[in-house]
Amino acid sequence: MAANPMTQFEVYRIGPEIKVGAFDISFTNASLFMVISSLAILIIFNLGSKKNSILPSKIQLLAELSYSFVSKMISDTAGSKAKPYFSFIFSLFMFVLFCNMFGMIPYTFTVTSHIIVTFILAAFIFIGVTVVGFIKHGFGYLKLFVPSGVPIVLLPLIVVIEIISYLSRPISLSVRLFANMMAGHTMMKVFGGFVVSLGIVGGWLPLSFSVALTGLEILVAFLQAYVFAILTCIYLNDALNLHH
Amino acid sequence: MFKKLFLYSLIANFFFTKKIFAAESGGMPQLDPEFWISQIFWLVLTFGVLYIVLSKLILPKISANLELRKSQIQENIEAAEKQRESSEAKLEEFDGIILKSKIEAKNIFKDVREKIIKNINSKKEILDKQINDEIKKAEVEIDTLRQSAPEKINKIAVVTSAEILKKLIGAEINNSSISAIVDDLVKKNGEKYYGH
Repeated sequence: MAANPMTQFEVYRIGPEIKVGAFDISFTNASLFMVISSLAILIIFNLGSKKNSILPSKIQLLAELSYSFVSKMISDTAGSKAKPYFSFIFSLFMFVLFCNMFGMIPYTFTVTSHIIVTFILAAFIFIGVTVVGFIKHGFGYLKLFVPSGVPIVLLPLIVVIEIISYLSRPISLSVRLFANMMAGHTMMKVFGGFVVSLGIVGGWLPLSFSVALTGLEILVAFLQAYVFAILTCIYLNDALNLHH
Repeated sequence: MFKKLFLYSLIANFFFTKKIFAAESGGMPQLDPEFWISQIFWLVLTFGVLYIVLSKLILPKISANLELRKSQIQENIEAAEKQRESSEAKLEEFDGIILKSKIEAKNIFKDVREKIIKNINSKKEILDKQINDEIKKAEVEIDTLRQSAPEKINKIAVVTSAEILKKLIGAEINNSSISAIVDDLVKKNGEKYYGH
């Protein structure tokens, strides 16, 4: 086992190298866990929606509770207008949640601990939300940058701040998830290394810490997926219901 | 022995920690762009497939299941409500029927009673009339008997007097003279004999 806590984030090829033009799209361990997460989601929710009994089975209850959880989250933050985007936000939440959770299993790879993955997701959300905003409100969507009730003197400054904050959304969204996952996994690895190096005498303290961290990381894995989804809802809310 | 172990582990500790921190200079694999394109490609592919399958096949089914359950429960509640209402209406109807039949029974009882009383009264009247008639008839009979009694008695008195006289003195006396005497006596003592 490598002692470097960062080696767990290394991507390596599984199988042959696949090249399309100049691009290398080989199947890697990251791809493997993306496929596993997606398949797990599809299998669980397929089983959960297959039979409809008045008293739901456990897996059906799981699927239906997740459905109503995400549905409530969307309607609470973005209102009823966000209903057409339910499938997307549901898939997003489940994908991030399952990738995070699969990363908690030892010797697995955490897809969401890579900035490129989270950034692509965040950028897609950012572009999508902006497009939706412009389609719904035309150029009136730019009023988002001009809050009402602000003194004229402060307006230029506020508009600049608003634009910067709007443009930094994809970065903050992606870095939040990526940094949380990476930091948690690195910490666990470091404490795991301490257990080995301190041996039978001193290893108990980092071991207990590691156990506690595992619980915390599972919480973080869920929480970050939730935050990712709910921030998407909030951005969508800005685009759908222009409040300013 | 424990001391020795502790010492060894401390020394080992140093070695390992040194190794851990030494190896960290490799940097973050996340910033190595070698597999970025591959990761983007596979992310788009897997997430795209996930989104399409979820939104086209699975989520509508779950939503339909939830709707169906909701409507079924609603239907059951409505049916129960309807049945409760109908049972209440039936109970009311039942009460009404019982009330009506009670009144009817009372009416029938009253009617019958009245009829019986009337019947009894009419029968009584008829009986009274019959009795009165009988009484009257009897009275008339008695009256006639009474009126005819003195004459008969007179006759009997005349005949018996004649017989008696014949037996006593052996002489036949004219009936008319005897009856004249009897008439005379009746006239004199009629009040004493017949009470009028």
